[in-house]
Amino acid sequence: MQMHSLAFDVSHTLAGGLVLISFMMLYQDRLYSLLNVFALHAVVLALSVAWQAFVQHAPHLYITAAIALVFKAIVIPVALHRIVKQLGIHRDIESAVGIGPTMLAGMALVALSMVLMLRVTAEADPLAREDLAFALSVVLLGLLVMVTRRNAVSQVVGFMSLENGLVLAATGAKGMPLVVEISVAFSILIAFIVIGIFLFRIRERFDSVDVSALDDYRGERR
Amino acid sequence: MSPVVLQMSCVAGLLGIAGLAIVLSRAKSSTAIIYGLTMAVSLVALFGSVRSLLGGVPNGSELILPIGLPWLGAHFRLDALASFFLVVVNLGGASASLYGLGYGHHDPAPHRVLPFFPAFLAGMNLVVLSDDAFSYLLCWEFMSLASWALVMAHHRERGNAKAGYVYLVMASFGTLALLLAFGLLAGPAGDYGFAAIRAAGHTPYAATSVLILMLLGAGSKAGLLPLHVWLPLAHPAAPSHVSALMSGVMTKVAIYGFIRVIFDLLGQPIWWASVVVLILGGITAVMGILYAMMEKDLKRLLAYSTIENVGVIFASLGLALAFQANGLKLAAALAFTAALFHVLNHSFFKSLLFFGAGAVLMSTGERDMDRLGGLIHRMPLTSFVVLVGCVAISALPPFNGFVSEWLMFQAVLQSPELPQWALKITVPAVGALLALAAALAAACFVKAFGVTFLGRPRSTAAETAREVDRYALTAMFVLAGLCLLAGILPGLVIDALSPITTEILGGRMPIQANVPWLSIVPIAESRSSYNGLLVMLFIAISASLAVFVIHRFASHALRRGPAWGCGFSDPTPAAQYSAGSFAQPIRRVFGTLVFHARDHVEMPAPGDIRPARLRIELHDLVWEGMYQPIAGAVGFSADRLNRLQFLTIRRYLSLVFATLVTLLLVLAIWS
Repeated sequence: MQMHSLAFDVSHTLAGGLVLISFMMLYQDRLYSLLNVFALHAVVLALSVAWQAFVQHAPHLYITAAIALVFKAIVIPVALHRIVKQLGIHRDIESAVGIGPTMLAGMALVALSMVLMLRVTAEADPLAREDLAFALSVVLLGLLVMVTRRNAVSQVVGFMSLENGLVLAATGAKGMPLVVEISVAFSILIAFIVIGIFLFRIRERFDSVDVSALDDYRGERR
Repeated sequence: MSPVVLQMSCVAGLLGIAGLAIVLSRAKSSTAIIYGLTMAVSLVALFGSVRSLLGGVPNGSELILPIGLPWLGAHFRLDALASFFLVVVNLGGASASLYGLGYGHHDPAPHRVLPFFPAFLAGMNLVVLSDDAFSYLLCWEFMSLASWALVMAHHRERGNAKAGYVYLVMASFGTLALLLAFGLLAGPAGDYGFAAIRAAGHTPYAATSVLILMLLGAGSKAGLLPLHVWLPLAHPAAPSHVSALMSGVMTKVAIYGFIRVIFDLLGQPIWWASVVVLILGGITAVMGILYAMMEKDLKRLLAYSTIENVGVIFASLGLALAFQANGLKLAAALAFTAALFHVLNHSFFKSLLFFGAGAVLMSTGERDMDRLGGLIHRMPLTSFVVLVGCVAISALPPFNGFVSEWLMFQAVLQSPELPQWALKITVPAVGALLALAAALAAACFVKAFGVTFLGRPRSTAAETAREVDRYALTAMFVLAGLCLLAGILPGLVIDALSPITTEILGGRMPIQANVPWLSIVPIAESRSSYNGLLVMLFIAISASLAVFVIHRFASHALRRGPAWGCGFSDPTPAAQYSAGSFAQPIRRVFGTLVFHARDHVEMPAPGDIRPARLRIELHDLVWEGMYQPIAGAVGFSADRLNRLQFLTIRRYLSLVFATLVTLLLVLAIWS
């Protein structure tokens, strides 16, 4: 019982930490710092997944944790760093919506996901319940990042953090097959590659990765 | 070969002919080959279905094909009801093919008609044969699409594109309703086989919803008010032999669907369901024939008259439901037989009349009655058979229309036996509506025949008309003969229909073969009976006697005097009664209420040499009050939603995000 309570507390802390880091992402207005925060996000995710593997005695989850650590915490942030450098946008400051409203919206979203998840999953295992509530918060915050940003790179980061939320949800539920997690990880990797290629394409064409340049090209009003 | 296998082989044959037609479409002799083959296959299917209707259907009349849904397969089954409707379908198909042998040569684009004609017939056969909801809907859509292609055959003619569009929209709507109805019938277990649906019990709530959905789905195909709007546009737009099939046969397939679901699958009906069907049927009958009365386009008039007849059939079905719900088996069998008999009759005379309209169109190129006239001198044979059709559809003895309407009124007269007061009042009221419709139908067809075939020609096209070819004439004469036969030997038809009433309602009318002198007795001899043969003999003898007396005893002295000009000083053909002027009294009586009809006389100012004009203003209230607002609302919201096409990427993302959050909020508040 003591062990169970400890397991619960640690996983609760890690998932809560993930939500907290998502909040940190919301107010980073420089790309490098955003990427660093994202790397931190992925590290916490890897820790959380590893802890789940330990608690659930599910060794395959260690693989998921390793994938998260290698790809999301190292490969993707490094690659994005290089992209940002190559594109020469590391000095850009951008935020479509002010920090204050964004933070307020983020809090509202977390409140919503808590209320909803705790009510919907009333009979589920308390560990999975908390996990799912945090995971939904992370997903919604990731979406919020995507919506409030104008730069394509930061939208990619938002998307990636959204996916972290999905992985958190998947590992929280017991008995999720490894195949599903690996395929999710790979699909994210492929999405990253495709988006990376597109970033350069957009850049070549428009001399900017501000997606509003695309809208101008389409001849549309904003 | 078991009966259902025979029918399915015929369907396969028809589909094969459709494929052949695609290959042959540009060949010179393709018309003769395709229609000839279609007629042969339809005749085989006709004889097969007549045999299984008369000889009873053996138990092994099911066929399961391994196509369609993987766990279900495609079920096909032949029972008495299906056999009867196959008779209707294939008789129509055979006669239309025979007619097409002649008519098809006048078609400017045969390759647009030939492949779809046998496919359309195959679709109708399949709908009647199918025995699970999935095959039923699939075949129903196949039938609709094939007929839509036929409507669009002459797509460059004015109005046809609109007709096709309205038809497509209404057909999709109808199928949606059917889809929901079958979904409800299958229930949460989701077994779509008709046998399973029949065995499962249905709650009153589900039964009510199914009834409403079937009235929408089958009713829109059959032409029930207010879902009839596509019918007078689409039926005349097709080539005439296809119009005959659509009006005479396809509406019957829709009625088959209604009977199959409401009477067969749903089990014991609820009494007030019949009130809905009765009232809808009665109103449809009267409105349909009033629309027909106002019409001057011959084929559109016939299409509106189809709506009237569908109303009559639905009213009879409503009667059958009312009696069945109260356990009055004999009366229910009487009303149901009347409905089926009318289905058969209408397929005879409506096909015949559309063939006649096609013959007129073929030899004059005109559908507008105000540009026809005097055709009885140029097309005597066509005029004769069309006259037979008009008499039959006006429900005059000794033809078949009278028998079915008489049976229906006999059923109306049984209404005092019903326990519910609502029915006791509704049934006679609907009976009065039906009587009104019958009288108006007679007036309408006096107008149709009189303006088209009598008087003097109103255009050179009508003046130079020539009799049509022998194939078309043969087809029309066969149907006219059937109208007469069914009229003077109704007992045979009623006995042939009795297996269906036994199967569906569990009751039947008295055996008519035992009644002496070929009379028919709906309930008991002491109450009423009818003898078509006797009536025909009486009419023939009294008419001959009258002619004899006139010729024998009237004065033979020759008198010369000024011809009475009927008040016309300048008797041009245009001064004859036209379609509009013939309908004027009825327009005065009903039109102000039903059509908001107004007559405007436009008098020129003094000194102006323009002629004065009489302008008639008619409003289709169903179209203006129901369809135009819907179309307007759809257009309005489409215009507003059009902006969504041109948003920025971030706006799209925000929309997705907002939708997600809203859904989550709804879930959080409601759960």
